[in-house]
Amino acid sequence: MKHIEANNVNAYYGENHVLKDISLTMKANTVTAFIGPSGCGKSTFLRCLNRMNDYIDGFRKEGDIFIEGNDIYDKKVRVEELRQKVGMVFQKPNPFPKTIFENVAYGLKIQGIKNKNILEEAVERSLQQAALWNEVKDSLHKSALSLSGGQQQRVCIARALAVEPSTLLMDEPASALDPISTAKIEDLIAELKDNYTIVIVTHNMQQAARVSDKTAFFYMGNLIEYDKTKELFTNPKNERTENYITGRFG
Amino acid sequence: MTKLKQNRIIDSTFKYFGIFCTFFGLIVLAIFIFNILTEGVQRINWDFLSNLPSRRPAKAGILTAWTGTAWILGLTAIISIPLGVAAGVYLEEYGKKNRLASIIEINIANLAGVPSIIYGLLGLEIFVRTLNFGGSLLAGAFTLALLILPIIIVATREALKAVPKSLREASFGMGATKWQTIWYQTLPAASGGILTGIILALSRAVGETAPLIVIGALAYVPFVASTPMDEFTVLPMQIFNWVSRPQHGFVINAAAAIIILLLITFIMNGIAIYLRNKWQKKVNW
Ligand SMILES: Nc1ncnc2c1ncn2[C@@H]1O[C@H](COP(=O)(O)OP(=O)(O)O)[C@@H](O)[C@H]1O
Ligand SMILES: [Mg+2]
Repeated sequence: MKHIEANNVNAYYGENHVLKDISLTMKANTVTAFIGPSGCGKSTFLRCLNRMNDYIDGFRKEGDIFIEGNDIYDKKVRVEELRQKVGMVFQKPNPFPKTIFENVAYGLKIQGIKNKNILEEAVERSLQQAALWNEVKDSLHKSALSLSGGQQQRVCIARALAVEPSTLLMDEPASALDPISTAKIEDLIAELKDNYTIVIVTHNMQQAARVSDKTAFFYMGNLIEYDKTKELFTNPKNERTENYITGRFG
Repeated sequence: MTKLKQNRIIDSTFKYFGIFCTFFGLIVLAIFIFNILTEGVQRINWDFLSNLPSRRPAKAGILTAWTGTAWILGLTAIISIPLGVAAGVYLEEYGKKNRLASIIEINIANLAGVPSIIYGLLGLEIFVRTLNFGGSLLAGAFTLALLILPIIIVATREALKAVPKSLREASFGMGATKWQTIWYQTLPAASGGILTGIILALSRAVGETAPLIVIGALAYVPFVASTPMDEFTVLPMQIFNWVSRPQHGFVINAAAAIIILLLITFIMNGIAIYLRNKWQKKVNW
């Protein structure tokens, strides 16, 4: 089933044309990796999927994006509701300067949910899903900033999961982390796939190969190649893809 | 003489000149404080704080003055904090970054530098006459609130600017509205800086005399204000009044009142510095 569908998406920052006619579809409960050299538009495209670019002065988008069959740029869509369905994890762990509990409960709190039992349940469930519960269950009311970088990133994942999104966007979620934390995040992605559709931007080609089902290679705003991950890495159709994955530029 | 040697001489000359300048300021301040303390300290006692003004220096106290200052401080805070913070939030978070915005920005910066007596004239026209508040606490507080509003607005904007973009993105990414993001994340994260600005602004208001003279605050008020519509005096006015008297007893009273006023502003500035340091340590996410 098509979960995400983009049709002829173009994006501009002022005069700068950064996404050129991108069309692709992603199935539900799969992991899709975006790879490509720095500045090729991976983050921009990812941020189109939950409309995080809306606030940027001079940003403009053409084309349509459907998630679960809904045109997410339709005038009737409330962008706040969209972002509850399409969660995001950022490159640098960015927990709120509040307790672990408050971090994870934030999404529910802003929806007006105050019931303590519901919040506690959601916090525990999300931290379990983020493979963090055992490490922090006795310190839920300590500041999230006191955790290690890897733990902070998992708090951010738990925070995103707490509102039960259907889709999780991750923009280089492990690039600021040490190898052990990175491995944990990768294991986590493999587990979350059962319940979520995941799109991950990564600089690390081994990571893309390890975690994703399909991979999209972007180059200078163009979608050069999009295929099953195994196929793209072992048998690239395009010369530029081959050059990139063999490390000849990038 | 070689160029190198010449440079070294310039270097050390400037160093000693700098040391001299620093100590000049400090020494003058020290002499001033020493004088005030030797003159005034023995005068500070419970009676001095709890007596009404009097024609006899030994009987005169600062009860009306310090209660007036407390009233003014409280009312000015109530008026200026919501207005200033709200204006700062609007300009920083909602206002479009266009020509109008930069004109407003420059104007606010300029307003912070307008001599306080001009605010007094403004207050006289608007609050005392047009709104008919008379020379009351309310008129004084509104006038001082106008005076410190630019300081609070600028401090609020600076503090909001210092909040990292990643914090806002985290909140928006969770589906928070703009207002929720401001209320739950940005404002709390900026609160240290905002509070510091508010306290510094209020401590400036506590020391102001000129605008209050213009709006008609009295130097001699024989009763403690009990409503915001009462006439009033404040510590700096009382000091101003006493130092202009011929009897030496009043000069001693003035010194004692100055100590109280300095104490208030030192404590307020101390709190502001404490908050700023605490806040700076916290801003490292
Ligand atoms: N906020 C922005 N304002 C203006 N230009 C931007 C902004 N963000 C990204 N860009 C530009 O858009 C292009 C694509 O950036 P991005 O999507 O971040 O690339 P990637 O994530 O692949 O490194 C780059 O040329 C970058 O300079
Ligand atoms: Mg990027």
